[in-house]
Amino acid sequence: MKKVAIIGYAQHPILSNAGALNEVELIMPVVHHLFDGLGIDQKNIDFTCSGSCDYLQGAAFAFVEGLSAIQTNPPIKESHVEMDAAWAMYESMLKIQMGDADTALIYGFGKSSPGNLDSIMSLQMDPYYISPLWPDRVSLAALQARVLLDKKIVTKEQMLSAVIEARVNSKNNKNALINDLIDESTYLEEEIISSPLNAFDCPPISDGSSAMIIASEEKAYEYTDKPILIEGIDHRIESSNLGSRDLSSSKSLQASMDHLQLNNFEFDVAELHTQFSFELPFLRSLLGLVDVPTNLSGGPLVGNVMMCAGLDAIGKTYESLKQNDLHRGLAHASSGPCLQHNMLVHLEKKQ
Amino acid sequence: MSTEEKPKDYSESPINLEYFYTAGSATTRFLNQVKEGKLVGQACPKCKAVYVPPRGSCPRCGVATNIEVPLTDKGCIESFTVVHIPIPGNPIVPPYVCAMIRLDGSNISFLHLIQGVDIQEIRIGMRIQAVWKPKEEWTHSLENIKWFAPIDEPDIDVATLRFKES
Repeated sequence: MKKVAIIGYAQHPILSNAGALNEVELIMPVVHHLFDGLGIDQKNIDFTCSGSCDYLQGAAFAFVEGLSAIQTNPPIKESHVEMDAAWAMYESMLKIQMGDADTALIYGFGKSSPGNLDSIMSLQMDPYYISPLWPDRVSLAALQARVLLDKKIVTKEQMLSAVIEARVNSKNNKNALINDLIDESTYLEEEIISSPLNAFDCPPISDGSSAMIIASEEKAYEYTDKPILIEGIDHRIESSNLGSRDLSSSKSLQASMDHLQLNNFEFDVAELHTQFSFELPFLRSLLGLVDVPTNLSGGPLVGNVMMCAGLDAIGKTYESLKQNDLHRGLAHASSGPCLQHNMLVHLEKKQ
Repeated sequence: MSTEEKPKDYSESPINLEYFYTAGSATTRFLNQVKEGKLVGQACPKCKAVYVPPRGSCPRCGVATNIEVPLTDKGCIESFTVVHIPIPGNPIVPPYVCAMIRLDGSNISFLHLIQGVDIQEIRIGMRIQAVWKPKEEWTHSLENIKWFAPIDEPDIDVATLRFKES
């Protein structure tokens, strides 16, 4: 099967409130930046795929409006996922592997500021038994955090250092929303939102967009001598019934690792879509990344654009490999409550 | 009377979400002018196509429409339909006419009402002009225009309105 490479990635500076800028106005400059960097335009793109969520905009088929950001006349081949754009990347990759395209543009966008994210995210739950209770995203994460603390799989100290390190690492990320440092006492004094989580343990409400271009390996050589290839990708889902899950482990994630043969694999760098502080030590342990530099961009704790943050993890891993003498990277995207969906993307820079 | 309940095959779970909706900076510029009784389109810097109401981007070129183009409130009917079915909540009594309005100098049309003429008389290419509400009722909305009504000018062949790249 054809190999696929990432050849470009760009991200809008993450904003806490984009104000009057609508989604189109957030996407367009990012796509242009990406095109200009590669010296191409929409005519060089065989397939376009976006990731967004209509509930964030509060309008049916709102994702169609996002297409106004790109050149759609003459007509283009296009698709959309009602998920993080990491899944739009997956769809695009399959399109290239099937031989239907040689290049693909992926973009994701999301504004969390216009609505109430806690209410909106509770609608992703089972509509009969759970959504009518309106469980908010922080409380759901807190359920998992509590299980992990009680079972001593994650410690309070690890949560604290995840928060402090995210802010230190934000200096590597020019688009980060949060870049002020905090110390231990500030963290400990912060009011608890949903036990055991305080505001520092949670990602900030964020507005923004991101875009990526991928290509078949042959095509990628037209743009770079050292393409960064997607060596493996796998997405698996835990049960949608929270009560039937063991929140202290992830069988589906382990299955992905087995499938991709990543047990004992040595990565140089990793970016994980860990929205809450405790998720970082939890996943690092599950993925065998304890000694691997992880979330050097600061990760979602310093900027968490809904429907982009997963694509951003892939994009930031790509950037780390491209800009440094590093060869093997692991990116992770998630979706659903309590890390229900996990997608692993194994990237390697061609020598 | 039977006490047996029928099995329930549905459940109601009402959803109410509130949003702070933003029109976008391009549409905001347009609506600020509409508040003043002016129709200002936006042109593409590349292909020069004029869009009203502007969405802020040109689908032909994929760039922002950053040139403001003041337009008249006159135009022609590009297409129309006679609505016979009442829509719940809509105060307008059928039959009435919805038309795609092509303003002079614009390259796209938008939907509005046609009134002030016998429905049988309405035709594609007919010249029309906006009938505005009293100034004190103007808001940030195209509802400032009550409807479009015919004016005494010769019809236009709409085929000639097709966009030609300059």
